[in-house]
Amino acid sequence: MATIKAIRDETPRVRSYTLGLPSWTPHRPGQHYDVRLTAADGYSVQRSYSIASGPETDGEIALTVERVVDGEVSPFLHDVAVVGDRIEVRGPIGGYFVWEATLGGPLLLIAGGSGIVPLMAMIRHRAATASRIPTRLLYSSRAPEDIIYANELRDLEARNDGLEVLHTLTRSQPAGWTGYARRIDDAMLAEVRRPLGDAPLVYICGPTPLVEGAANGLVRIGVSAQRIRTERFGPSGK
Amino acid sequence: MPERFITRGFEGKPRATGTTANRVPPGQYLTKDFPVLSAGPTPTTNLRLWSFAIEGLVREKVSWSWADFQKLPAQEFTVDISCVTKWTKLDTRWRGVSIDTLLESVELEPRAGFATAYSDGGYTTNLRLPDLVNGQAFVAYEYDGAPLDPEHGGPARLVVPHLYFWKSAKWVRGLHLTEKETAGFWESLGYHIRGDPWKEERYSGD
Repeated sequence: MATIKAIRDETPRVRSYTLGLPSWTPHRPGQHYDVRLTAADGYSVQRSYSIASGPETDGEIALTVERVVDGEVSPFLHDVAVVGDRIEVRGPIGGYFVWEATLGGPLLLIAGGSGIVPLMAMIRHRAATASRIPTRLLYSSRAPEDIIYANELRDLEARNDGLEVLHTLTRSQPAGWTGYARRIDDAMLAEVRRPLGDAPLVYICGPTPLVEGAANGLVRIGVSAQRIRTERFGPSGK
Repeated sequence: MPERFITRGFEGKPRATGTTANRVPPGQYLTKDFPVLSAGPTPTTNLRLWSFAIEGLVREKVSWSWADFQKLPAQEFTVDISCVTKWTKLDTRWRGVSIDTLLESVELEPRAGFATAYSDGGYTTNLRLPDLVNGQAFVAYEYDGAPLDPEHGGPARLVVPHLYFWKSAKWVRGLHLTEKETAGFWESLGYHIRGDPWKEERYSGD
């Protein structure tokens, strides 16, 4: 059982929920929690949400949730849930799409949309443990207002501790934009990978087409499939 | 999790009724999409190098080339599938070869009680032999009337619809029969050893 301690707007469609957990166990960055909602007649629904926080925040976790238009759990969290509400959760869950500083690097993180969330847990963990493992984040968003954690990513990059953040904006770009402005392709992957050498440890999370494209693209440019871990989300594949 | 807790203010969508409702296991929701889930890149398999083997506790190992596999008696089957990530899809239509048919070509040693399905890309999953026989499991190479997409496990995947779909190994290349059960990829990472959606066997300890 968790208690909502804080709710923060990240973008117009994305909010973060800080949950207090009486029986907290430290998670591994990249893991998720299941959230279960139960109605008065016993009807219940469950969804999985990636943990956005690092394991260094004792007794609480942050889940970042995108509002899915036709969803059942995310609209409840966005429209009904308030600070102080209690919700049932179960976790941490998942043991493959995880990164800890002890796993080393160099680290290549590739995110599409709210796929940034589990990668943010890794980035926050990296910062909290003062790791200097060379890390590049390639983050694809539609428009500038859709970038989740924009300020925090800028601040973390400014620490100059080996983290670099590269954005691509696929639908609209602000005036004077100097980042990428297209969908992730092999040329972009090669450019972003190059400073990390031939064998980066890669984590990719996002909608299926982005994950498929990036993972298969990296294999095409010579990265070993054994070094690439993927997590997909979203309502649809094909 | 305690059963009686009620989430303040949660009503949920209109309840499914009738026959459809009875086909959705607990904690699952219906989807019309076919989501893709896998732990790494999609392997590419050259059909000329593809084979499917049954090995381990069998009198003699058997292996089929792609061409041989296509000559085996195939059947169409329409099944409901449930993924541990909570989606259920009804009436999925496949074509492939029943595991019963494949097992006719080998002589099992009496000790054989379990199988590990193994795939291109290194994926494995463990299954009890009784979960693979009597028309419950197939190696499928067509989905919805077309060759199976690589993202969905093509050229061929295991389909064991009465268990969570991680048991239906994509890009499957063989079954290794054993006396003892050995946890596969997800089963070693906190997921349930058997994975029956109707018992909600999602994670170890369920």
